[in-house]
Amino acid sequence: MEGNATYWTENLRLIFICLAVWFVVSFGFGLLLVEPLNEIRLGGYKLGFWFAQQGSIYTFVGLVFWYTKKMNDLDKKYNVEES
Amino acid sequence: MDELKIYTYIAVFGSFAIYFGIAWWARAGSTSDFYVAGGGVTPMQNGMAIGADWMSAASFISMAGMISFLGYGGSVFLMGWTGGYVLLAMLLAPYMRKHGKFTVPEFIYDRYYSKTARIVAVVCLIIASLTYIIGQMKGVGVAFSRFLEVDYDLGLYIGMFVVWVYAVLGGMKGITYTQIAQYCVLIFAYTIPAVFISLQLTGNPIPQLGLGSTLADGSGVYLLDKLDMVVTDLGFKEYTTDNMGGTVNMFAYTLSLMIGTAGLPHVIMRFFTVPSVKAARQSAGYALVFIALLYTVAPAVGAMARLNLMNTIEPVAGQNLEYAERPQWFKDWENTGLLQYEEKNGDGKIQYTADKETNEMIKVDRDIMVLANPAIANLPNWVIALVAAGGLAAALSTAAGLLLAISSSISHDLMKGILTPDLTEKNELMAGRIVMTISVLVAGWLGLNPPGFAAGTVALAFGLAASSIFPALMMGIFAKKMSGKAAVAGMISGIGVTMLYVFQHKGIMFIPGTSFLGDMGPNWFFGISPNAFGSVGAVVNFAVAFTVLKFTGPAPAHIQQLVENFRTPHGGVSAAHDH
Repeated sequence: MEGNATYWTENLRLIFICLAVWFVVSFGFGLLLVEPLNEIRLGGYKLGFWFAQQGSIYTFVGLVFWYTKKMNDLDKKYNVEES
Repeated sequence: MDELKIYTYIAVFGSFAIYFGIAWWARAGSTSDFYVAGGGVTPMQNGMAIGADWMSAASFISMAGMISFLGYGGSVFLMGWTGGYVLLAMLLAPYMRKHGKFTVPEFIYDRYYSKTARIVAVVCLIIASLTYIIGQMKGVGVAFSRFLEVDYDLGLYIGMFVVWVYAVLGGMKGITYTQIAQYCVLIFAYTIPAVFISLQLTGNPIPQLGLGSTLADGSGVYLLDKLDMVVTDLGFKEYTTDNMGGTVNMFAYTLSLMIGTAGLPHVIMRFFTVPSVKAARQSAGYALVFIALLYTVAPAVGAMARLNLMNTIEPVAGQNLEYAERPQWFKDWENTGLLQYEEKNGDGKIQYTADKETNEMIKVDRDIMVLANPAIANLPNWVIALVAAGGLAAALSTAAGLLLAISSSISHDLMKGILTPDLTEKNELMAGRIVMTISVLVAGWLGLNPPGFAAGTVALAFGLAASSIFPALMMGIFAKKMSGKAAVAGMISGIGVTMLYVFQHKGIMFIPGTSFLGDMGPNWFFGISPNAFGSVGAVVNFAVAFTVLKFTGPAPAHIQQLVENFRTPHGGVSAAHDH
């Protein structure tokens, strides 16, 4: 079960990275830092407002696909794929 | 009968005919079909079905309307209802699929080896699903009464009947394939008017880009800047910065919706329908894409609808619309009572301001913003008809998923799991169908006596899922030593704190007049509104569970083995219990 333990640690590390990004784009850029970011414009959007209503959602989609790909690689690496 | 009505009848009853056809084609023959569609749904199909299951009357009808009036504050719904899928994809879905059972309470029972835990999970599930279903039933009634001008009650009965047919006949299998069709209907119905309106206002057909573009009137002013200007001129708060109840409240609200989303049993259940762990991860990604298609359009719809409404009432600054010259859609919505006008200063013109003394638009229901949007923008009749079918698809697909969650928790968890374990498969299937029928009736009754407006009650269901189910599932997977006793204590305290807070402010079971301290903003804990309190409940849940764990000792070795097992995709499931 040695391999399984490192598999799990690597998975936790991936989850941690993803959730850090998840937190930063939504709670960070969209809520806590919204005022300073609103000073910057993205076309007609204030940047903080854009993150809150658009950017965070696009990032979420990217995150889930990235995590899925990484986990599939990890399954292969540790040979724990479904039979 | 006018043209609009004919189109609407074709769109609504045409889509119903498709659902019935699918239901007949996808009849359930076994409990596996009935609960998890036989486990043979592809990730792409499941992604679409999750999209429809997820996007309810609240998403379709109410959300853009709420954003319309909340502006930036409405972002909590956009981030909260999509961010939850990140949690679901990484923290819950793959492991729960690996464990490979039929229902969420069953997973909790296996993991926490406790009938009490299972019953608590069933109760949480039923309360959360029932509060959620009220919004769907109300959405069905509103869509029917406005678009087909039938009675609200009759509309609701028709909706109940349609759901009953395909949910009872096909169970999860029928629901899955109808949901795929419903997703297509609702996304077209949502996107097409948005494209038209974006094109009209900004010249850009993509609403997500149109929202950040300049207006097409040649002024070169950005749409959002114009909207900010128009609303602040009338005394409303600036659209792009109006933060609902302050940053702390928005933070807690967003977090509640995110973990609530990840903890909603009718969504989690959908991940049991795919054949593998890999497919479960993939379906979360597809689901989020399909959901994002609507959720990134919604803020554009909200902002553009608000601007159109303002422009209708005050076409040129200082020259307000004469009440006698109000457009047809205005009269239509006045008839439903969702739009109300009261002459105050005797000039016969419509004043719409933030000041209660002079405001003459005394009621503008948020729910009408999406439904009236095509008419306000003078779009062709077939587009309006499509919106009616889309709203119904959104409400019916979510209602079906919720009904299945409720009935499976009763027939599979309570009856087969606890009360009558010797139930044969054939009888369990029959029991599932009977319970489904009763659930439809209860949901209908709640739809006829609805508390609060659609999205409000939905937000409450999230609070309950967030404070009870999500923490229990997450600890079950990530805290190997978490014991049954500790988890049950956590769940009960989490849901207890949340319910107490909600009922204290909103009334016991939302009955007006029973709120023992009244819905008083100043009394809110750290300014957190009742709808946003689920995240606090979740924190209480985690804290209580880990404290109790410390004093009562860890879960037995075979349970920790079980956790090891569902953490990796390979190998079979080692059953902790035979039942």
